[in-house]
Amino acid sequence: MEQLFALVLPENGFIWAPKLQLLSTTLYSMAIEKILKDDASEEKGERARMASFVGAIAITDLVKTTLGPKGMDKILQSTGRGHEVTVTNDGATILKSLHIDNPAAKVLIDISKVQDDEVGDGTTSVVVLAGELLREAEKLVAAKIHPMTIISGYRMASECARNALLQRVVDNKENAEKFKSDLMKIARTTLSSKILSQDKEHFAQLAVDAVMRLKGSTNLEAIQIIKKPGGSLKDSFLDEGFILDKKIGLGQPKRIENAKILVANTAMDTDKVKIYGARVRVDSMSKVAEIEGAEKEKMREKVKKIMAHGINCFVNRQLIYNFPEELFADAGILAIEHADFDGIERLALVTGGEIASTFDNPESVKLGHCKLIEEIMIGEDKLIHFSGVEMGQACTVVLRGASHHVLDEAERSLHDALCVLSQTVNDTRVLLGGGWPEMVMAKEVDELARKTPGKKSHAIEAFSRALVAIPTIIADNAGLDSADLVAQLRAEHHKEGCNAGIDVISGSVGDMAELGISESFKVKQAVLLSATEAAEMILRVDEIITCAPRKREDRM
Amino acid sequence: MALAFDEYGRPFIILKEQDQKTRLRGIDAQKANISAGKAVARILRTSLGPKGMDKILQSPDGDVTITNDGATILEQMDVDNQIAKLMVELSRSQDYEIGDGTTGVVVMAGALLEQAERLLERGIHPIRIAEGYEMASRIAVEHLEHISQKFDFGASNIEPLVQTCMTTLSSKIVNRCKHHLAEISVKAVLSVADLERKDVNLDMIKVEGKVGGKLEDTELIYGITVDKDMSHPQMPKQIEDAKIAILTCPFEPPKPKTKHKVDIDTVEKFQTLRLQEQKYFDDMVQKCKDVGATLVICQWGFDDEANHLLMHRNLPAVRWVGGVELELIAIATGGRIVPRFQELTPEKLGRAGLVREKSFGTTKDKMLYIEHCANSRAVTIFIRGGNKMMIEETKRSIHDALCVARNLIRNNSIVYGGGSAEISCSIAVEAAADKYPVVEQYAVRAFADALDSVPMALAENSGLQPIETLSAVKSQQIKENNPHYGIDCNDVGTNDMREQDVFETLIGKQQQILLATQVVKMILKIDDVISPSDY
Repeated sequence: MEQLFALVLPENGFIWAPKLQLLSTTLYSMAIEKILKDDASEEKGERARMASFVGAIAITDLVKTTLGPKGMDKILQSTGRGHEVTVTNDGATILKSLHIDNPAAKVLIDISKVQDDEVGDGTTSVVVLAGELLREAEKLVAAKIHPMTIISGYRMASECARNALLQRVVDNKENAEKFKSDLMKIARTTLSSKILSQDKEHFAQLAVDAVMRLKGSTNLEAIQIIKKPGGSLKDSFLDEGFILDKKIGLGQPKRIENAKILVANTAMDTDKVKIYGARVRVDSMSKVAEIEGAEKEKMREKVKKIMAHGINCFVNRQLIYNFPEELFADAGILAIEHADFDGIERLALVTGGEIASTFDNPESVKLGHCKLIEEIMIGEDKLIHFSGVEMGQACTVVLRGASHHVLDEAERSLHDALCVLSQTVNDTRVLLGGGWPEMVMAKEVDELARKTPGKKSHAIEAFSRALVAIPTIIADNAGLDSADLVAQLRAEHHKEGCNAGIDVISGSVGDMAELGISESFKVKQAVLLSATEAAEMILRVDEIITCAPRKREDRM
Repeated sequence: MALAFDEYGRPFIILKEQDQKTRLRGIDAQKANISAGKAVARILRTSLGPKGMDKILQSPDGDVTITNDGATILEQMDVDNQIAKLMVELSRSQDYEIGDGTTGVVVMAGALLEQAERLLERGIHPIRIAEGYEMASRIAVEHLEHISQKFDFGASNIEPLVQTCMTTLSSKIVNRCKHHLAEISVKAVLSVADLERKDVNLDMIKVEGKVGGKLEDTELIYGITVDKDMSHPQMPKQIEDAKIAILTCPFEPPKPKTKHKVDIDTVEKFQTLRLQEQKYFDDMVQKCKDVGATLVICQWGFDDEANHLLMHRNLPAVRWVGGVELELIAIATGGRIVPRFQELTPEKLGRAGLVREKSFGTTKDKMLYIEHCANSRAVTIFIRGGNKMMIEETKRSIHDALCVARNLIRNNSIVYGGGSAEISCSIAVEAAADKYPVVEQYAVRAFADALDSVPMALAENSGLQPIETLSAVKSQQIKENNPHYGIDCNDVGTNDMREQDVFETLIGKQQQILLATQVVKMILKIDDVISPSDY
C-alpha cells in the first residue's frame, strides 16, 4: 500500500509542477504590460493549443455517438419561443444548432457545414476524423514534437491514404446494370445509419429512382419533397409528376386531361393603376358605381385575355380574387392562386411554360402542358397532382410518418441519400463500406510510416491510429467489443485484396462485398481531405486573441 | 507626479485634473513604451516565415478569423496601448506601400526596441541611439542595393514571377494549391499591367469570393462578375456580343419629384389612364430595343409587367445592380450610365463579348459573368472555398501575391529571402560599426544584432536551433563571401537561397528596414506619457 503511494505522489508532483510554472509566467507577463483593451484576452502557446484541442475534442465526443448504423440520436431544443424540439442524428444539423464559444470548435462546425454543402453526407465522419487527428496530435505535442512536423506528416499521410483508396476503387460506369446496383448499395448504406433504416430497401429504391430521373444533373431542386403527417414511413412514395400543395377553386373542374397550363405572375385583384399619385375623386354615389363597373370590366377583360390563350388551367403566384375566380369557373378553367414562388418556378420548369405577366399576345406566350391534372388525397389533405409532364426530370417524393419530428428527420436522411447518389452519378467511383476504407488507408499509411525517416513518421503513425478510431467508434456505438473486432479486422486486412469490414448487424467481421455495403468515393475523399485540412488549421494556431465582446444595450 | 509649489506652498495646477492623471517620465516612460512595443512584436514573432504559426482572432461579435498575416492580426487585435497602436500603424503602412512583409517589419521594430532597452540601461542617451540606428539603417539599405540582383521575366515567360508569388503564398494556409493561385495572381497583374510605364493599377483587379466549392476552383475571369441573376428565370442565360444598356432609371411608371395628384372622376379618365400606363411600359422597352441593346442592366427594380414585356421582347435584363458594380461595368464595357430612357443612344451602349449566367453547387446560387469586354483590362479573381474564413484568408493571401508581382514589375531588383539579406546586412553593419569614433558605434552594433533577430525567428519557427543555425549560416556567408545563404526553413537540404528560389523584392526589404527604424526612433524620442488614469 505504501509503495503504491510512493508511486503516485511523484507522478502527481510531476504533473503539477509545470502547471504552476505556467500560471506564474502568465501572471508575470500580465503585470508588465497591458496592450489590449480591458475585456480582451489573449492566450499563448501551450495554453492556446490546449484550449483549441479541448474544444475540438469536446465537439468530437459530442457527435461521436451518432456515428454508424447503430448510432444514437440527439434531442435539440431551441432557445426560441416554443422550445421547438428536433430529434436527429445528422452531424451537420446537430452542430449547426449548437452555440459555441470555442474558436477551434467553430472550425469543426464549419467543416461539417461545408461537407454538407459539397457532398451532403459524411458530416459526422468528417468531424470525428478531425477530432481523432487532433487527439493524436495532442499526444505528439506532449511528446515535444513541433506542430509543423505533425502537419507535414499528416499531409504526407493523407496523400498516401488517398492514393490507397484510388487503387482499390471500383468503377462501374460502363455497366449500367451494375452501376445501378452500386447506387442501391450506397443508398442502403447511407440510409442504414438514419431513421429510415427500417425501410431502407423501400427508400433506397425511391432515392435511386429519383436520382436516376435527373440524368446526371446535380440540381436537387427538381426533386420536391412533401411531408404529410399520418400513415407510416412505408407509405411514402415517389411520384413521377409534380404535386402542388394547393386546393382547387370552388366549382372548378377537379380533373383535366391534356391540360394547357398558363403560369403567371400577375395581380388578379382589382388591377391597380400604377401611375404615381393617381386617385379616385368623385362627387356622387352613382359615379362610384360607374368606376367600380369600369374596374370590373377591366378585370373581366384581363380574364378574357387570359382565356384567349386557349388554356384550361391557370396558375398564378399572387392572389386571385373571388370575382375572377368565378369567371374562370364559369369558363371551366382550373385556377390556382397563391402558389409560392418556388412552386411556380418549378412548375414552369416542369411543364415547359413561361411565367407570364402580360397577356396581349396569346400566340407568342409559351404554354405548359401536361397529360392529367387531378386532385388527389394524401391523408386528409387535398393536393393537386400534375402528371405526364413534359420534362421527365422532376419528380416528387411524398413522405408520410407518425409525427413532424419523424418527418423532418426522414427528410434530412433522404436529402443526404439523394445528395450522395447525385454526386455518385457524376463521379462513379465506389468503395466498400463498414470501416473497410479506413482499414485500407490505415494499412498503407502504416507502411509509409515505416519507410519514412525522421520525426514525421510519428505523425504518420498517429494518422493511421486516427483512421482506425473510426471503425472502433462504429463498433463501440453498436455495443460490440471494439478492441476484439478491430484487431480481427486488422489481421484480415493483412492479406492482399481483402474485403473485410465490420458487420454491425451480426456483430462480427464480414465480407463487405457480399453484404453489399458500399460508399461513394467522393464522400470518403472529401471526409479525408477536409478533416486533415481542419486539423491542420487548428494545429497551426499558437495564439488566441479574443476581442472584448461588443456591449449590447439592454432593450428592457 | 512632480508638483510645483508657489511661495505659499500651494501647488500649481498645470494640467487639467492633474491628480487624476498618471504620468510617466524619462527613462521610465521609455522603458514602458519599449515593453509595449516588444509585446506586440512578440505576438507576431511566431507567425514569421513559411512555418509560422497562425493566430485565432475572435471579433467582438464572436466571428473567428484564422490568419498569419501580420497586418490582419494587428488590425483585429483590439489594441488599447498608444505605443502598440503605433506598431499597428507601422504594419499597416507596410501593407499599403508594399503589401507584403507586414510581419517582418514588426518583428524588426521589436528587435530594435529590445536592443535599445539594453543601451538605455547602459546610460546611452536615447537620441544618440536614434542617431546610431539612423546611420545603421542607411548602411543596411545601401548594402541591400549592393547585393540585389536583377530579375528577368517577360510577358511570355511568367514562370519566374509565379515562383516569387509562390514564395509569398507558401507561408499562408492556402499553400496547398499555391501554384494555381500564384499563376492566377501573376496573370491578373500582367493583364492590367502597363509594362512600358512599369505601372500596375491594382484597382482594376477585383477580388471576389463566394462560399462553396473547392479552393482549386478559384478562377481568373477576364471581365466582371455581378452577384445577380437575370430578372426573369426564363431569359436566355448566355448572350454573345452583348450590347449593354446601363440604366439608372427604373422600369416603372415615372414618379415626378413634385407633388401631384391625378384625379379620376369619370370612367373615361380611368380607362385612358390605364391605356397610358400600358403605353409607358411599351415605350420603355421599345426605346431599349430601338437603340439596339441586347442586355439591360438596371440599378432599380422592374415592375412585374415590365419584366414580362422585356422577356417577351427577348431583351434579357438584370435588376438591382449596385452602384459600384454599375460603374465598373460601365468602365469595363466602355458604356455610359444612362439616367433617362430618352437619352439612350447607340453610342452609349457598352459592349462585351460574352455575358453568361453561371450557377454553383447544390445550392442555387447564380452569378453573372461579363467577359471579353471592350476595355478588357479589368479582371476579376473569383475565389471559391470551403467557408468564409478560408475565403477571407485566401483574399488576403492573394492580395499579398498581387502586391509582390506588382512590385517586381515596378522594380525588378530582388534580394534573396530566408533571412539571407538580413544576415548579410548585419555583417555589413557590424563591420561598419567599428569605424564610428563616437557613442553611436554602440547603437550601430545593436542594429546589427537586431537584424539577426529576423533569421533567428525564422529558424525558431521552423523548429531549428536558432543560435546554432544562425551562427553557422553567418560564418558560411563570411567565409564564402556569398550573401545568398539563409535559413533552410523547409528542410530542403541546402542553405543557398538562390537554389531554393526564395527571394523578395528589394523595395520591400528596404521599406521594412526604413519603416522599422523610423518608428523605433519615434518611440525612443518620447520621454513623457500623460494618460488619464482609469475611471
